[in-house]
Amino acid sequence: MTVAAVSRVQYRPKLLLFAAAAVVLMLLALLPPYIGLYQTQLLTYGLIAAIAALGFNLLLGYTGLLSFGHSAFFGVGAYSVAFLLRDAGIHSMELYILIGLPIAAVISALFGYICVRHTRIFFGILTLALSQVLWTLAYKFFWVTGGSDGLRVARPTLLAGMLTFTGGGSFQRFINAYYYYVLGVFAICVVIMWVIVHSPFGKALQAIRDNETRAAFLGLRISRFRWVSFLISGTFTGLAGILWVPLNGLTTPEVMYWPFSGEIVFMTLLGGFRNFTGPIVGGVLFTYLKTYAVATTEYWQLLLGVVLVLLVMLLPTGIVGAISAVAGKLRPREKSS
Amino acid sequence: MTILIIQILNSLFYASVLFLIAAGLSLIFGVMRIVNMAHGTFYAVGAFVTAWLVGRAIALGVPAGWTFLLIPVGAGAVGLLGVVIEPLLRPFYRRAEEYQLLVTFGLLLILEDVIRLLWGGLPLSADPVMDVLPSIRIGGLIYPGYNLVVIAVGAAAAIGLWAVIYRTKFGVMLRATSQDRRMASALGLNVGLIYVSAFAIGCFMAGLGGAIIVPSQAAVLGMGIEALILAFVVVVIGGLGSLQGALVGALIVSFVRTAGIQFFPEIELAVLYLIAAVVLLVKPTGLFGTA
Repeated sequence: MTVAAVSRVQYRPKLLLFAAAAVVLMLLALLPPYIGLYQTQLLTYGLIAAIAALGFNLLLGYTGLLSFGHSAFFGVGAYSVAFLLRDAGIHSMELYILIGLPIAAVISALFGYICVRHTRIFFGILTLALSQVLWTLAYKFFWVTGGSDGLRVARPTLLAGMLTFTGGGSFQRFINAYYYYVLGVFAICVVIMWVIVHSPFGKALQAIRDNETRAAFLGLRISRFRWVSFLISGTFTGLAGILWVPLNGLTTPEVMYWPFSGEIVFMTLLGGFRNFTGPIVGGVLFTYLKTYAVATTEYWQLLLGVVLVLLVMLLPTGIVGAISAVAGKLRPREKSS
Repeated sequence: MTILIIQILNSLFYASVLFLIAAGLSLIFGVMRIVNMAHGTFYAVGAFVTAWLVGRAIALGVPAGWTFLLIPVGAGAVGLLGVVIEPLLRPFYRRAEEYQLLVTFGLLLILEDVIRLLWGGLPLSADPVMDVLPSIRIGGLIYPGYNLVVIAVGAAAAIGLWAVIYRTKFGVMLRATSQDRRMASALGLNVGLIYVSAFAIGCFMAGLGGAIIVPSQAAVLGMGIEALILAFVVVVIGGLGSLQGALVGALIVSFVRTAGIQFFPEIELAVLYLIAAVVLLVKPTGLFGTA
């Protein structure tokens, strides 16, 4: 194969992908008037979950580390917003993000510094144990965190106070405006994550994932790369927590409890963790799956558990992985990441 | 002084139950190399089954003294559940650890809801069993005699498990499989049977932990999820796959927790998780681990 052929093969799918992403974004932007308020709200939750799973997958899919403690960063984001509102009287969403992100980043850096010394099962248990430290603190220090009652968060103002939500019909206006706000942040996150995983840094992570020894021989500082990956991953999930709490209106220690970490793993697996788009699809789908499971049966956990076991058994590459495998069979051509 | 004795007894009581759960988790990991996230839920199943059986027996007019026999029955039921579930896990032994964790997490979700389906969301207690034994006087205070039974059962389980693993032929087979599964298989051991037995024993231990605690604490939803994390802390401190580790870990966790509840109640759990994290950092294999 000549050099030109290689570059063309790599070039075409990329262009197609950007075109497809633009179309999907357009469709998502046009959707709210047609699907009504409730579906819009649900889709917003889905996009937020997608951001969390996107961040999580940098660690699982691209670095090969399974964290069972990502609920901690989601919770740190959520509680940061609650504290900023209660103790500093801040109402601006932009300030929440600007102040909350560094907090999530610091906690991620701290946890990552400890956790990346291990891999495989011990990494999972260590992330789990550390995330539960935060959970017990949120749960026990009720005079700071409200304990199991949690903290209420009022609707913030968007776009530096240009959009405020008080008075009649404010709920409807908030849901609609917030959908576009989250969609915008989501699009930015996807672009940033795309750049990260396709940068030399992202390639190095994948090299470490595939063969640690070889990567070390190439001169990569394994633990440094893992640490930075952990930091970025946690910060993305923290951002999801920041975006989630104004929509939910309340944050409780539940978002830090480890079964929620399991849900983040679930979403990523549902979409497929060997794909860039997998966690995005998984995050949105999981939100719908869980909402409908909760709405239809009291025993929704049972339903989710069965889905999870079947998924691991039959579709280990997730929905997106399975679709792309089928598409690859129908249209044989050079594979690209 | 009296308070101290009672606190030590409380710690031992708690350590017994924790040892039963953690030893089962550790045994399953040691032999099968699977970290079973549903393990805490087996403990919860043991508690619910026993409480339910005791409730039925009392309703049928069985004298309370006989209900003691229902504790091993409850534990045995969980062991049987293990025999049923192990074959379902077989397709995943050759898969990556991530998938094994996820499958057992799925199993956890399923079992938690099965408990809710069968017994509802209300706490289920088995007080009559505890009331059979008289309270004893320690100094000026009254202490339930039942707790001493629990401590004795925990000690007996530790000795019994040690004897099985290190003093019987079956134990040799277990250890051989744990060290090298393929070699054990090549030497003619029925590895499949050993896996089922190890899993069933592990489940039985967890079930016994639940069965034995339910007369003094009601079975509630979510108790398994909480117990799993504590069992993780125990095996991380002691070392995954090590019996001595599970024992020492259970004692450390229980004493720290009892002291914590007395002196620093807000951060008692956080301290435990931090101890686990520190042990993982300093000695990743745990105090007694080899793997």
